[in-house]
Amino acid sequence: MSILVYTESENGKFKKAALEVVSYAKAVADQMGTSVTAVAINADNAEELGNYGASKVLLVKDESLKAFNAKKYAGILEDAAKNEGSKVVVVSASANSKYLAPLLAVGLDAGYVSNVVAAPSNVSPFTVKHSAFTNKAFANTEIATDVKIVGLSNNSFGLVESGGNASIEDFSPSIPESGVKVESVDKATDKVSIADAEIVVSGGRGLKGPENWGMIEELAEVLGAATACSKPVSDLGWRPHGEHVGQTGKPVASNLYIAIGISGAIQHLAGINSSKVKVVINTDPEAPFFKAADYGIVGDAFEVVPKLIEKLKAFKAANA
Amino acid sequence: MKILVCISHVPDTTSKINFTDGDTKFDTNGVQYVINPNDEFGLTRAMWFKEKQGASVDVVNVGGAETEPTLRKALAIGADSAIRVNTPATDGYAVARQLAKVVNDGGYDLVIAGRESIDYNGAMVPGMLAGMIGANFVANCISLEVDGTNAKAVREIDGGKETVSTSLPLVIGGQKGLVEESDLRIPNMRGIMMARKKPLTVVEPTDVNAETKAVSFEKPAPKGAVKLVDADNIDELVNLLHNEAKVI
Repeated sequence: MSILVYTESENGKFKKAALEVVSYAKAVADQMGTSVTAVAINADNAEELGNYGASKVLLVKDESLKAFNAKKYAGILEDAAKNEGSKVVVVSASANSKYLAPLLAVGLDAGYVSNVVAAPSNVSPFTVKHSAFTNKAFANTEIATDVKIVGLSNNSFGLVESGGNASIEDFSPSIPESGVKVESVDKATDKVSIADAEIVVSGGRGLKGPENWGMIEELAEVLGAATACSKPVSDLGWRPHGEHVGQTGKPVASNLYIAIGISGAIQHLAGINSSKVKVVINTDPEAPFFKAADYGIVGDAFEVVPKLIEKLKAFKAANA
Repeated sequence: MKILVCISHVPDTTSKINFTDGDTKFDTNGVQYVINPNDEFGLTRAMWFKEKQGASVDVVNVGGAETEPTLRKALAIGADSAIRVNTPATDGYAVARQLAKVVNDGGYDLVIAGRESIDYNGAMVPGMLAGMIGANFVANCISLEVDGTNAKAVREIDGGKETVSTSLPLVIGGQKGLVEESDLRIPNMRGIMMARKKPLTVVEPTDVNAETKAVSFEKPAPKGAVKLVDADNIDELVNLLHNEAKVI
């Protein structure tokens, strides 16, 4: 009956989103009077999950699962949920979790709601709040099925340390065959991804050309942030498509989003609106982004950004 | 190759989002509807398969008669025929079940859906459909090549991309990258005239109950005005981000 949670790791280390979904699952478990069981695949430090509220970790160690495979991973979670008799399964909003969740929903005959932003407002009927209309509204949705799957938005619940301990059990699930095989992965290992980042620094056409991105990257480095860009910038080929954020690009749900030289077209704002704090730096005080931002500087990015880098370096040094 | 492209009928991005009936229903008053942008990239890729590899391309929507102009637009862009499953799109599961029947009845090899719709953003219909019909599935697909029954696809992942090999029957959740924005086609007059004569078949739904139900909607709390910081006083911005917003 425990709440089952999928905890994603990379090179053996849990992602922040994994700790967040465990924290969330613990809150749901408390509401329902049960405990949390985590499923971890090839993770090195499964004990860590106890601190966020997991009572038990089902640990799968299998070299053949090194490359993520949605069907196989969904099969593992299905097996675990059936063994545990879990009525609620929690996953994150990572690309991989969103890939496997619909497959798992079919396997478990479970109703699935993604982009959930808060603990259930009610557990009977099971009701969750989630974003809709590309962050322009929220819906409160009831899940009617016996088994339910909740997809939690990143950075929406936060980490809650409960200081508990988890028992670790080796888990050897039945793994289905998959007709999708990973041939190669192309990923920058030295940079934080937009999905995992707590801070995102984003540049727009106001930066005038790709040669001016040095200061964006430097600012991101000082903040430990991911770099992103507006749609025109990726369409012009100044930056790779993978950096495009907005409605048809990547969604952003960071704690801090800094927009530099981005006017704030509605499609852009839709994609970044679930970021908690937004800062805009733009020469045009009429730019629509100023209506969406929490903090703004009307000024030339080429003057403001270098100064901001300098001040942040000093701040970091003073607070190190 | 028989291709089915799933078309969501969604409010245009610039539409005002409001609710009626005590915040329980989406207010369609004055809303312009369009082909879901993620679906349009997929439809355009499907047209490439039609023109270069001789594929047939059908489009499908699950919805009431009000969605037909959106299907006609897809026909004007170049799809061969359209199917409308005559039932409201209640939730992702119910839509996937209706689509599964259309795919099984029509014997499609490749189903191209969008990564997510821009109204409910569930990102679940393509995966559920693949699971129901036992087809291979690639989410967040930014490139697709098909050679016979073999396929090569690129999936966007967090922080990069991944190339996979797979085979038909296949369902993809597509997005920008399948084709570029500049490849999108605006229907011309000839296309629009031809679209009127192309078949648009209305099929009755299979009996399915939704698994989830949106019982109420709310809009985000109105945002306070932006706090402007002088460009010569960057210390103040650092101070606000640290002490007030607590994000650094």
